[in-house]
Amino acid sequence: MNKPGIYGVMAEFDSPTALVNATRAVYSHGYKKVDAYTPFPIEELSDILHLHENKLPLIVTLAGIAGGISGYLLQYYITVIYFPLNIGGRPLHSWPSYMIVTFELTILFGCLATFLGMLALCGLPMPYHPVFNVPRFETASRDRFFLCIEATDPLFDRLTTYGFLQTLQAQEVSEVAH
Amino acid sequence: MADEPQVIEMAETDIIASVYTLGGVTDQIAGVVQTKHTPIFWIGCFFAGFTLLMMFFASATMLMVKGVGIWGIRMPVMWGFAITNFVWWIGIGHAGTLISAILLLLNQSWRNSINRFAEAMTLCAVACAGQFPLLHMGRPWLFYWMIPYPNSMGVEPNFRSPLVWDVFAVTTYLIVSLLFWYTGMIPDLGTMRDRAKNTIAKYVYGILAMGWRGSARHWSIYETACLLLAGMSTPLVLSVHTIVSFDFTIAIVPGWHSTFFPPYFVAGAIYSGFAMVLVLAIPIRAAYGLKGLITDRHLENCAKIMLATGLIVAYAYVMETFMAWYSGNAFEQQAFWNRMTGPYATSYWFLVFCNIGSLQLLWFKKFRTTPILLFISSIVVLVGMWLERFMIIVGSLAQDFVPSSWGLFHATRWDWATLLGSIGLFIVLFFLFVRALPMISIFEVRTLLPQARVREDTRA
Repeated sequence: MNKPGIYGVMAEFDSPTALVNATRAVYSHGYKKVDAYTPFPIEELSDILHLHENKLPLIVTLAGIAGGISGYLLQYYITVIYFPLNIGGRPLHSWPSYMIVTFELTILFGCLATFLGMLALCGLPMPYHPVFNVPRFETASRDRFFLCIEATDPLFDRLTTYGFLQTLQAQEVSEVAH
Repeated sequence: MADEPQVIEMAETDIIASVYTLGGVTDQIAGVVQTKHTPIFWIGCFFAGFTLLMMFFASATMLMVKGVGIWGIRMPVMWGFAITNFVWWIGIGHAGTLISAILLLLNQSWRNSINRFAEAMTLCAVACAGQFPLLHMGRPWLFYWMIPYPNSMGVEPNFRSPLVWDVFAVTTYLIVSLLFWYTGMIPDLGTMRDRAKNTIAKYVYGILAMGWRGSARHWSIYETACLLLAGMSTPLVLSVHTIVSFDFTIAIVPGWHSTFFPPYFVAGAIYSGFAMVLVLAIPIRAAYGLKGLITDRHLENCAKIMLATGLIVAYAYVMETFMAWYSGNAFEQQAFWNRMTGPYATSYWFLVFCNIGSLQLLWFKKFRTTPILLFISSIVVLVGMWLERFMIIVGSLAQDFVPSSWGLFHATRWDWATLLGSIGLFIVLFFLFVRALPMISIFEVRTLLPQARVREDTRA
């Protein structure tokens, strides 16, 4: 096995179609530690790489429920226990009035969890990542499409993987330094 | 069923001009920001806004030195311009969230080239709206008393009051709009970072982009996050103006105490918001040569939404008058009679002209596709919607139940200075955004291009 200190091997493509076809070939060849880098989301890649499931909806649901409960309890504690006020003889526990703040805090907690959860699941912010060492990688946020087979993949071999990517109509194949 | 995808594809290619490439849209949108050349249009607008902003600072300073008495608020009209401006500004913000959230959920891809600056408009408008309740308190530095926190005074807010609900609604709205706007911008900040030549710009965009690299794994999580934010923003945006309308409907003042205020306010908010979208989009797309991205079709669609929401507002005007008569409530009837014939009758009929009369021109396609006419009619609508809020607030407070307690409101020059000054704050914030950040969502526009489509038949 030839596994020196590189992050992986990266191929560059000039169209989303070429990238999707190459990804499909790479994945069916048995590589699993594969990632594609594109300037916009491509639905087909999620199909090939089986990315449709993620934990974000669960995180957001739990955070939303926590927000709603804490909003309700905050009001209950203040209006019933800590600072009871008699407003026109209404009951201290006047739940219809509590609904609004409960709702707003549900949304607030849910949205904060969406944002923070997205960052956590993506591993962002990340000040350094090896893929940026690839020359021309800055075009991945413009009009080029990249496919990287990572060195941690059990099938990875510096020379054969390099050669395999070259057979996939790539514009250019390069090694990704750490 | 078979030709359905074809129809959608045709509609999508129509959205932006067909000459664009993936690199071309990137260069054009990022080029507005990443250039040494600042157009005269920007400088002119910014300095006009800046002058008005100075007026805002002057009047806010004056207010803190002398107190809220410099405004025309006297018993019984204690809400005056401040709350009118608050409701007006917060309503304007609603169109941004509508475009970014509701149209995303409805899969309206034409929104892709206007959502970013519409969301920025929301943030600027909410920032302006927030100034008024703060200044109206008279002691803005004590604003945190509205928030429940353990304090040595031993008092807490009354959660049965709509004014406390407002604090929660508007704060949530501001935070969620900011998150949604920033989340939507992360991939584009990555593009800006990769394009930047200047080291400082590279660092600043790099920090803001947080290391975004366009990974397929990230895109999949990112798209889930955008849908979730849209799904939560949709009920939020409808709730915010609903809660603003509760400030009025929960009170028993004639002209306020009615159940249809929430939908009426939300429709009015979206109506004025789309007017503001057009007021901003029309000159900006002309000045920056973005007519290929913000096309006449976008303007026409906005005009159609204005027409729809404007008609809801027109219906509400008719219904509230009808209900006042039909209720048999003498105070309610008197309040509406005062509106139409009393001291504020000029404002009332002028707002009917602005909001309902001028709206009827939008039925004509010729009018909807002529930007200059749309621009003028949008300004007329903005004025009309401001007058509507003025009418509701001042008209009802000035003449409530007992004629002996009636009193008229007279705006002072400080009232006007604060209102115009807040427009300056809005312009300055918005034009700083235009100069520093990509005002059109680059990655979402890329997905509209034919080159972005994966062709299934060509296998490697």
